[in-house]
Amino acid sequence: MLELLWLIPLLPLVGAALNGLLARAPKPVTTAIGLGAPLASLVIALGCLWEFVTRLHPAGQAFRQVLYPWTAGDLNIDVAFRLDELSAVMLFVVTFVGFLIHVYSVGYMSHEHGYRRYFCYLNLFMAAMLMLVLGDNFLMMFVGWEGVGLCSYLLIGFYYDQAFPPFAGKKAFIVNRVGDFAFLVGMFALIERFGTLSYDGIFPVVEADPGLVTGPYVLGLTFAGFVTLCFFIGAMGKSAQIPLYVWLPDAMAGPTPVSALIHAATMVTAGVYMVVRSNVLFQLAPGVSALVAAVGAATALFAATIGLAQTDIKKVLAYSTVSQLGYMFMAAGLGAYTAAVFHLGTHAFFKALLFLGSGSVIHAMSGEQDMRSMGGLKKYLPVTFWTFVIGTVAIAGIPPFAGFFSKDEILHAAAADGKWLLWAVGLLTAGITAFYMFRLVFMTFFGKFRGTHEQQHHLHESPPSMTIPLIVLAIGSVLAGFVNVPELLGGNEALHHFLDPVYAQPRGAEAAHHEMSHGVEWALVALAVAVALAGIFLAWTIYGKKGLEGGRTWAQRFPAAHRLLANKYYVDELYDRTIVRPLAALSRFFWKVVDTFVIDGAVNAGAFLTELTGDLGRFTTTGNVRNYALYFFLGVVLLFWWIAL
Amino acid sequence: MVPVSWYLLLSALLFAIGTAGALTRRNGISVFLSIELMLNAANLSLVAFARQFDEHTGQVIVFFVMAVAAAEAAVGLALFIAVYRQRRTIDINRINLMRW
Repeated sequence: MLELLWLIPLLPLVGAALNGLLARAPKPVTTAIGLGAPLASLVIALGCLWEFVTRLHPAGQAFRQVLYPWTAGDLNIDVAFRLDELSAVMLFVVTFVGFLIHVYSVGYMSHEHGYRRYFCYLNLFMAAMLMLVLGDNFLMMFVGWEGVGLCSYLLIGFYYDQAFPPFAGKKAFIVNRVGDFAFLVGMFALIERFGTLSYDGIFPVVEADPGLVTGPYVLGLTFAGFVTLCFFIGAMGKSAQIPLYVWLPDAMAGPTPVSALIHAATMVTAGVYMVVRSNVLFQLAPGVSALVAAVGAATALFAATIGLAQTDIKKVLAYSTVSQLGYMFMAAGLGAYTAAVFHLGTHAFFKALLFLGSGSVIHAMSGEQDMRSMGGLKKYLPVTFWTFVIGTVAIAGIPPFAGFFSKDEILHAAAADGKWLLWAVGLLTAGITAFYMFRLVFMTFFGKFRGTHEQQHHLHESPPSMTIPLIVLAIGSVLAGFVNVPELLGGNEALHHFLDPVYAQPRGAEAAHHEMSHGVEWALVALAVAVALAGIFLAWTIYGKKGLEGGRTWAQRFPAAHRLLANKYYVDELYDRTIVRPLAALSRFFWKVVDTFVIDGAVNAGAFLTELTGDLGRFTTTGNVRNYALYFFLGVVLLFWWIAL
Repeated sequence: MVPVSWYLLLSALLFAIGTAGALTRRNGISVFLSIELMLNAANLSLVAFARQFDEHTGQVIVFFVMAVAAAEAAVGLALFIAVYRQRRTIDINRINLMRW
């Protein structure tokens, strides 16, 4: 089965090509291609994973499949796929969640124009994402990285006939370029030093001789520091961390299943995957790792507070995603790579579930996204409601749901490392997360319906193609946490042991975590749960009992804070003033002055001179043969004179 | 023996007369005659030099020039007849259609 690995990214690519080319295919054919390709990928992926886990993993091997070598000058890079413990986890998440979202899309997009275009893009995304996680070197990862960025752009701007979505698509693409540039620079540095980009050509070499990368390089950084900093800037763009997170909330302009697949479960976690993949380098760059943790924690708290005051159901989830990604980077920065991957996996389940649930709500509300017009949907959308609650409980971190285990693992990593500030930020964020998620639930599903009569008339539970993925994801959100139950709770940290081969061997000091007594650990777990419950209770007292009124009271009590949060800290405005407008002014300068005046001026001056010469010169062309004879004679005289001289 | 410089002087004189005629005459046939004069002035100096250096190439070239001049006269006269039939004149000041 493993030798079919190359088919996993290829099949969705073929699906995208078919759906892109068969312009006149009837809708069922489009659906069959659009669903069949990811299903086939999923089946092959499960087969490969089974063989990998049962045969190669116990032997401590990774599977490599070289398709063909690619050469550019002295640089030889294999176009090759790799299945190791880390890509196995990612492969499962991407194919499984991806397929479910494809199924959901059949129901969600059934009334939309561009059904075929949608599935074409979505399959293309799957191909790129699978290439990203299965690539055997950084170049393959980068090709997938750019591919998912392209699909993200295409799908955010899917409703191209409206004003905002194309703008949001462009914003996402341009902000990501900043990060991609840094990623490229990091790869160039690796090529310069190692002459290769393959994981096997870099990481084992570095592990055997860390001195290779710990010497000073540029800008006062070590080589490892420089490369990891570049990579982290790349990850900031793709995974929406401060200061490059601004594109993700706007990306909600795309169809909701796209938000679930690309902007919650898979693409935005590519940065986390990249950091964990490069953990050998990150471990040798403690300064950059600390920066990763700090940026992650700051993003987690910052985005969570913005989520408190949003009224658009998808915006809340978007900021929640940014916040949860911050958690993952905090874990990665702390060296708790398993916790990062674990949270990545559980988050993929419950956030995809929440987004799909919100899509089901929006579908029922005929496109309305403002929670102030919702309310009381519990009795109209029972399946959506119950699955949504499961997702919410999971993200809030209530045991034994998935989010509890993964979030607790991250908090534990911070505490065990003695980074109490990061721990406190994480804990506070957990409380805020629980609050704004339950605020969302209470505003949407409880109380009285606040929309129009027409909307109320149309309220209906979504078709099975949408509710079945919800149910499957809800089951996943309940169970996913059990793959890595900590020893404290009687588990054996299965995921951690599974992923062990992809980590650098612990080196002395880094390995020596502060050992905490079980009593302290229990206290920390209890505290985390208590904070989450407090957040839920607060949401209940404000939004559960009094509905919108409760929220309004609090907004009036702290008008400045509410304005600040509702306007997202004015970060978009800040960027607009400091970057967008100066850039636009500079562009206008180059347009109006440099292009129109200097360049066009020079060209026009040349044309004018040519015309002037012609205008003057044509008077010599009299048509009179004797004049020509005279010119000829004078010319000959001049020629002889010149020769004689 | 007559020195070669005399031939050259005569040749230069004929060439100058021919040039002046070609540039000043308005009758097309006269311009033609002037050009023939210039060609033969050149022929004269060629023959003179051929004699001076006892070299036959110069004489051969003169035959070529004569042949070309004859052909040219035939073509040129045909052209002037054609022009005259169209415009009832061969005054080259009035044949000036090719102008700005």
